[in-house]
Amino acid sequence: MAGFANKYKRLKKSTRTNISAYGLVIILFVVALTMQSTGAISNSLSGQLVPICTYIVMALSLNLTVGFLGELSLGHAGFMSVGAFSGVIAAVSLQSSMGSGPLLLLVAMIIGGLFAGIAGLIIGIPVLRLRGDYLAIVTLAFGEIIKNIMNCLYVGVDMGGLHFSLKSVNDLGMENGKIIINGPQGAVGIPKLATLTAGFILILFALFIVLNLINSKTGRAVTAIRDNRIAAESVGIGVTKYKLTTFIISAVLAGMAGALYAMNFSTVAAKKFDFNTSILILVFVVLGGMGNIVGSIVATTILYMLPEILREFADYRMLLYAIVLIIVMIATNSEKAIQFRDSVMAKLSSKKRKSQNDSETKEAVNNE
Amino acid sequence: MNMTLVSNLINGISLGSVYAIIALGYTMVYGIAKMLNFAHGDVIMVGAYMCFCSMTYLSLPPIVSILIAMVVCTLLGVIVEVLAYRPLRKASSLAVLITAIGVSYLLQNAALLIWGSAPKTFSSVVPFGSVSLFNGDLIITGESIVTVAACVVIMICLTVFTKKSRMGKAMRAVSEDKDAAQLMGINVNKTIAITFAIGSALAAIAGVLLCSAYPALTPTTGSMPGIKAFTAAVFGGIGSIPGAMIGGVLLGVIEIFSKSYISSELADAIVFGVLIVVLLVKPTGLLGKKITEKV
Amino acid sequence: MKMFKKAAAFALAVTMLGTCLAGCGSSSESSGSGDGGNGSSSALKIGGIGPVTGAAAIYGQAVKNGAQIAVDEINEKGDLQFELKFEDDENDAEKSVNAYNKLKDWGMQVSLGSVTTQPCIAVSTEINNDHIFALTPSASSTDVLGGQPDADGNVSIARKECMFQMCFTDPNQGVASATYIKEKNLGSKIAVIYNNSDAYSTGIYQKFKAKAKELGLDIVCAKTFTDDSANDFTSQLNEAKDAGADLLFLPIYYTPASMILAQANKMKYEPKIFSVDGMDGILTLDNFDKSLAEDVMLLTPFTADATDDLTQNFVKTYKEKYEDTPNQFAADAYDCVYAIYEAAKKASVTADMSASDICDKLIAEFTSSDFTFSGLTGNNVSWSDTGEVSKEPKGMVIKNGVYVGM
Repeated sequence: MAGFANKYKRLKKSTRTNISAYGLVIILFVVALTMQSTGAISNSLSGQLVPICTYIVMALSLNLTVGFLGELSLGHAGFMSVGAFSGVIAAVSLQSSMGSGPLLLLVAMIIGGLFAGIAGLIIGIPVLRLRGDYLAIVTLAFGEIIKNIMNCLYVGVDMGGLHFSLKSVNDLGMENGKIIINGPQGAVGIPKLATLTAGFILILFALFIVLNLINSKTGRAVTAIRDNRIAAESVGIGVTKYKLTTFIISAVLAGMAGALYAMNFSTVAAKKFDFNTSILILVFVVLGGMGNIVGSIVATTILYMLPEILREFADYRMLLYAIVLIIVMIATNSEKAIQFRDSVMAKLSSKKRKSQNDSETKEAVNNE
Repeated sequence: MNMTLVSNLINGISLGSVYAIIALGYTMVYGIAKMLNFAHGDVIMVGAYMCFCSMTYLSLPPIVSILIAMVVCTLLGVIVEVLAYRPLRKASSLAVLITAIGVSYLLQNAALLIWGSAPKTFSSVVPFGSVSLFNGDLIITGESIVTVAACVVIMICLTVFTKKSRMGKAMRAVSEDKDAAQLMGINVNKTIAITFAIGSALAAIAGVLLCSAYPALTPTTGSMPGIKAFTAAVFGGIGSIPGAMIGGVLLGVIEIFSKSYISSELADAIVFGVLIVVLLVKPTGLLGKKITEKV
Repeated sequence: MKMFKKAAAFALAVTMLGTCLAGCGSSSESSGSGDGGNGSSSALKIGGIGPVTGAAAIYGQAVKNGAQIAVDEINEKGDLQFELKFEDDENDAEKSVNAYNKLKDWGMQVSLGSVTTQPCIAVSTEINNDHIFALTPSASSTDVLGGQPDADGNVSIARKECMFQMCFTDPNQGVASATYIKEKNLGSKIAVIYNNSDAYSTGIYQKFKAKAKELGLDIVCAKTFTDDSANDFTSQLNEAKDAGADLLFLPIYYTPASMILAQANKMKYEPKIFSVDGMDGILTLDNFDKSLAEDVMLLTPFTADATDDLTQNFVKTYKEKYEDTPNQFAADAYDCVYAIYEAAKKASVTADMSASDICDKLIAEFTSSDFTFSGLTGNNVSWSDTGEVSKEPKGMVIKNGVYVGM
């Protein structure tokens, strides 16, 4: 055991992150799946599993923008929205020819990711020219614009294909068609395709993409840009290219998560993907630690479950949630709290070292 | 001359003036503490509730009620600053942002528990009614006149205050360079607290004016005007006092005009679209300072 | 440093998981002993979902309170006992499904669906899959029920057999409004202002528009607003005024409606105003200047000023308990619980039956031709197997601050 721990410590830092991230996800999945199949899980928790999966992917993808690219995005729910609606359109219109199975879900997620990626490209080109809080406000603005347009979007399908309108159902000009998206009423009657396994596979996929990106040449360039843009530029790193690539990948992942999200509920409306949802995901990322992959996964899981656990407090539930949020932020970020933590740590580690030394000497004695 | 056009323009300026007063609070706090105080919109809501309660339940005259609202909001602003934001002075700006969002949730849910979810109808604090011009073709409400006047007066006072007074100079010094200001003997914490106090008092006034013009008061009254005012502050160049004023008024006018002449469905998208275009042309807003890069 | 962070995160995760499991455990225990006080293990468990916090909190709280009053009254009668648990969904489909799952853990046997339309569409699918009987007080879209043809006559959602509605459906209201306006000849030029970020409002408008066209009514201007811009209505009102509209149709809830009335008054624009059941409640707004709502016409099944004993008792109890005047949401919720009670008694449902058995019995009872129900929101109300309620909306007009029949 000790030998294994030592070996683990000697591994490269990136490898360690990979192992712990994949390991955590696989363990959580196996536990959840066994609990679900043996019925040892409450309906409440069971129902939360797919949303948690989608939010984990959202957090991973936002972490790419905020943690690694170092740009604050306040409109990430917009990409989720694009992914959700394009995924729904794909799923409903292909349902008759493909049947409703995992393949349809896969196609819906790919199309959701594709369109979110296109939105990411369109938004990324202007946005990434700005910096700091100005960039943040423009992402907020794009999030609101996407919400507003989706709210006016009417989509239907008939024998002649897809019909779009920004005015009303009657303007679709369909003959005997089926309405897929009905403006503010959103999409209804979505086939429920999402499963825990699909969520798990999507998380693994997102992890694969994110971890590989970070450890690739692009990832190192992005980190260099984040830490010192001017220095990075001066050694010939193409800032815009790398930033845009990362931003689009982040949007694609968000779009896939959005499609999965939509397929878990029989209805989805544009209102859901508002500023508050963007902020919610940002809270997951910040509390999990910027650029910390494992942290994002853990924080999302806990913070998603927190309001559900607080249901026992009825009317005081959201008040308590707010208080917990503030206290956690201060406890993890304030100078005094950090000093206190370090002093406790110092004491603990000195003790640990001592005991470790003791055991080592004992071992040495025993060996002799 | 088309009277509807004029009427829309006046309504736009009036709505924009409310945004402007809220935006002043955002801009001052941002300029000095370099933080996006997302709870600002909810301070507006608290101010409006305080004014409502003292007018309706205690039957106090409007002026006294406004003063009470200002005092309560000032205290609230300072308390939030000391308890929630001060410990995070050296932390990353994102940590402060999330804390501000936590404070925003806290205020909204506390208001929900105290005042309930049913909307309260706010009685206007403006003692006179509408003014009718051109045989009733053009009607200007008393609230519009008072709001625009209040906005102009507040902006002038704030500009003079920051330019001339000792405290104002301290504020500018802190906003330029916190550490250098401290070395010059300026109490940074006190200066920031006072900024929050002024911003929150302005929020109270904004809340009262907002609810006088649009009289349904609920615990979420402040959130959307808050976000729009934040947009206005960025629009005008965040950190700049005249910028907040111009940004707010322009935003109000664009909002009303796009509702009337383009599409009421897509009005919000148009407002934010204009913001994006402005920021692409002038990346620091209309009156924002150019950021010089340190190498 | 790093180690500590990880250790802390892990510890946090463990405690959370612990509290979660403990929470689940304690909730199942407490349900046995009963939260409502007079509930017991032999009580039929009714679950309600709705926004108790957030911007739509007023509707959820009204339903929660109205249903609780009915449950308390029924429990005093001493025969069939009820126990009510109400969960918050913040008017969000995702949280509504979470709340529904929580209620299922509690052992819910009959559901009140969800209060608002969009969350209820999501919840109704789950309800139908689990075969639990549900009667929603207020989610008015036909998508909640399923099985209804859309504009082109296609049925895109299959009928959800366990879902029933207590309120009128949106199309029903739109059609009824247009017919009413035509029959009583209330206006020649109609302007509409509706909330296009709201399913309820848009749903009514779309049917109103179709029916108005059929009847030859002239809609001169239709303007929208969203929840994000529900403050300033001057531009919409200016447009209506310029178009010369003499009747303003407002298929919206009363909070934005109160602002429209105030702003129209300030603009000295005085069209006739016609509205739907969402307008009910405007007179109970705290501090509202009732003269603004003078002559406003609306279609609503319930008014708090009605003089019959049932309404007066209900309003009195509501005021005593919650210090507020009930609106139609509270009345519909009250009726829901009583309708379930009467049907359950007729079908001899007992608290020890499984949710699925109860569902079969209640569906049979509700759709049977001899089951009618009289309550706050209508007399001799019956249900068809489409899940829709048949009751007549009453035309009301506000005179001197009270509702008078039209």
